[in-house]
Amino acid sequence: MTIALAIVLGAAAGVLAGLFGVGGGILFVPALLMLGLGQHQAEATSLLAIVPVVLVGSWRQHGYGNIRWRSVWKLGLGSLVGVVGGGLLAERLAPGSLQRLFGLLMIAIALELGWRAWRGEWDKARDSEAS
Amino acid sequence: MAVVLIGLFAGFYGGLFGVGGGTIIVPALIWLGQRPKVAAATSLAAIGITAAAGAIFYLWYGDVRVLYALLVGIPAAAGAVFGTAFQQRLHSRVLTALFALLLAAIGIKLVIG
Repeated sequence: MTIALAIVLGAAAGVLAGLFGVGGGILFVPALLMLGLGQHQAEATSLLAIVPVVLVGSWRQHGYGNIRWRSVWKLGLGSLVGVVGGGLLAERLAPGSLQRLFGLLMIAIALELGWRAWRGEWDKARDSEAS
Repeated sequence: MAVVLIGLFAGFYGGLFGVGGGTIIVPALIWLGQRPKVAAATSLAAIGITAAAGAIFYLWYGDVRVLYALLVGIPAAAGAVFGTAFQQRLHSRVLTALFALLLAAIGIKLVIG
């Protein structure tokens, strides 16, 4: 039953990943915690689970012509350094406090995005870019 | 250069929390003037590099459980096909609002615990 729920959460994570351009780790980590993994194991396993998702998602998005590959390589270059730093810090922190910090950051980003969606600024930017 | 710094910060965040960093990259690219759909697609590809590097890092620490990764990762890969197809039919503003709702819901849940 738990495994079935994890599979459903995994599929939902994939839909969200394709829809929003995220890896799905937001849902992978709670799903893996539910399966009995520790916080660090769940995070580590989540990163591996993201790989097949982004391979499929990127292949689809490349077909739609939405990917800017120059930006991808620049982002990737920075992230190679960043991910090691983040991982080293994670290995030294308590899971509970990390999780609350993470939640606060997400709420902050959500408010920012919600405000911009309400203002409709990006649609104006897109329209002017398209013309 | 700004894009490399976004990658650096997103990678740090991704390595710290076991996520790809898309919640950082997508709004940052949009803030730099990218259309939401392009930002989401570019983020998705960049996350592949972050996640692969992060997984290798954590393999070194012995924290990765490969079978569990497949258990959630394979259904997710199938789901991603539907997600990207659905995205093409959504207005960018709706997409952004949905993204905000998603982040708020998860964020509140994590803070409350």
